[in-house]
Amino acid sequence: MLTKRIIPCLDVKDGRTVKGTNFVNLRDAGDAVELAAIYAKEGADELIFLDITATVEGRKTLLELVNKVAHTINIPFCVGGGISSISDVQALLNAGADKISINSSAVKRPELISELSQEFGSQCIVVAIDTKNIEGIDIVHTHGGRTPTNLVTQQWAKEVEHRGAGEILLTSMDCDGTKNGFDIRLTREISENAGIPVIASGGAGNMEHFSEVFTKGKADAGLAASIFHFKEIPIPELKTYLTEKSIPMRM
Amino acid sequence: MPEVTIIKYNAGNVKSVMIALERIGASYLLSDDPEEILQAERIIFPGVGEASTAMASLRKNGLDQIIPTLTQPFLGTCVGMQLLCSSSEEGNVDCLNVFDIPIKKFPETTGFKIPQTGWNNIFDYNSEILNQIKPDSYVYYNHGFYAPLSKYTVAKTDYILEYSAMLQKDNFYACQFHSEISGDTGEQIFRNFLNIKI
Repeated sequence: MLTKRIIPCLDVKDGRTVKGTNFVNLRDAGDAVELAAIYAKEGADELIFLDITATVEGRKTLLELVNKVAHTINIPFCVGGGISSISDVQALLNAGADKISINSSAVKRPELISELSQEFGSQCIVVAIDTKNIEGIDIVHTHGGRTPTNLVTQQWAKEVEHRGAGEILLTSMDCDGTKNGFDIRLTREISENAGIPVIASGGAGNMEHFSEVFTKGKADAGLAASIFHFKEIPIPELKTYLTEKSIPMRM
Repeated sequence: MPEVTIIKYNAGNVKSVMIALERIGASYLLSDDPEEILQAERIIFPGVGEASTAMASLRKNGLDQIIPTLTQPFLGTCVGMQLLCSSSEEGNVDCLNVFDIPIKKFPETTGFKIPQTGWNNIFDYNSEILNQIKPDSYVYYNHGFYAPLSKYTVAKTDYILEYSAMLQKDNFYACQFHSEISGDTGEQIFRNFLNIKI
């Protein structure tokens, strides 16, 4: 049976993880490769690296990091942040990334999605959508959720699929950081109307939240960062819990 | 001579396959030269992308004629597996016919997204390439077309219907999933492939 996926997200800058972690067995808390290896060993189904480096030098470091990660783990991983051209994607895939994710650059120039999926195949193109509910309407935001656009989230999700996105990474800015649970209503709306997988993100605070987002929210994958980094929810425990709830998991 | 020759053709990103071989310490060569491929010790035929474009690329340097005649251990993955079959509904193209079965499109079914994306289990193993793999192990899939069950099926998966996760005929092995990113299971399959006696 196709399983639901559990995906830890790592923010990286200049090749190192930015947010602190709580792994006592980690020699260097900022070592993204070591952290990736631990997550892969613990049963993460996939990893997402979000690069927040702004400098050219930092991008080179990112490519080195991607290459080290690829040589260390044997599960799929996706890299996002600062990608706006075919050559950006080519460099990341050459370094060993399995998928890339784009966000603001896709909003700015939606043709980019079509160009990338034609060049590299839909399977490696993830479109990240940051969304916030404003007066009852779900509005796409860019630049880390700071800038509202004139796009309605439900319509944008249809468009990115139509243009060849392979997956949607849906982050609710209303829920992100609250630990009060995923945005079940919106995740369900987007996932039920999509022909491609939806990765739910933002708001995970306990194991029940994952159960809800898979059952009520119809998500194909659940993403979280801090609850994994600070070991509030160990991945093996989460997967055992979800299996007991009859949610298909790769064990 | 490197342990593995990876067939290079216009079929998307093969970097993940190269790195997977590096992880297990296997030497490889990437080649589209018919002579090199004929002399290779073992061959991996990867592929992501679209079947008809990939076939056109193979025809360009005559690899479509050479591949079916090869006698070395040969492993096709994902689209590489589909191209080894008789035809594909993707682009309605005739393929290499090593396995005389047609590749079909998953039927549209409520509750199932197409392509299938993610980890699914394999079962009913019947090949040495699956030695030491635990029953119902999970592998990573991304595909909208499938090989129906046939006499060549050596592992199955269930998505919408039961289909061939792996095929084998003589020296030709093939897997629909992405062995290169299928965790320890995928790595063991590559190791088993490297251990198949020539």
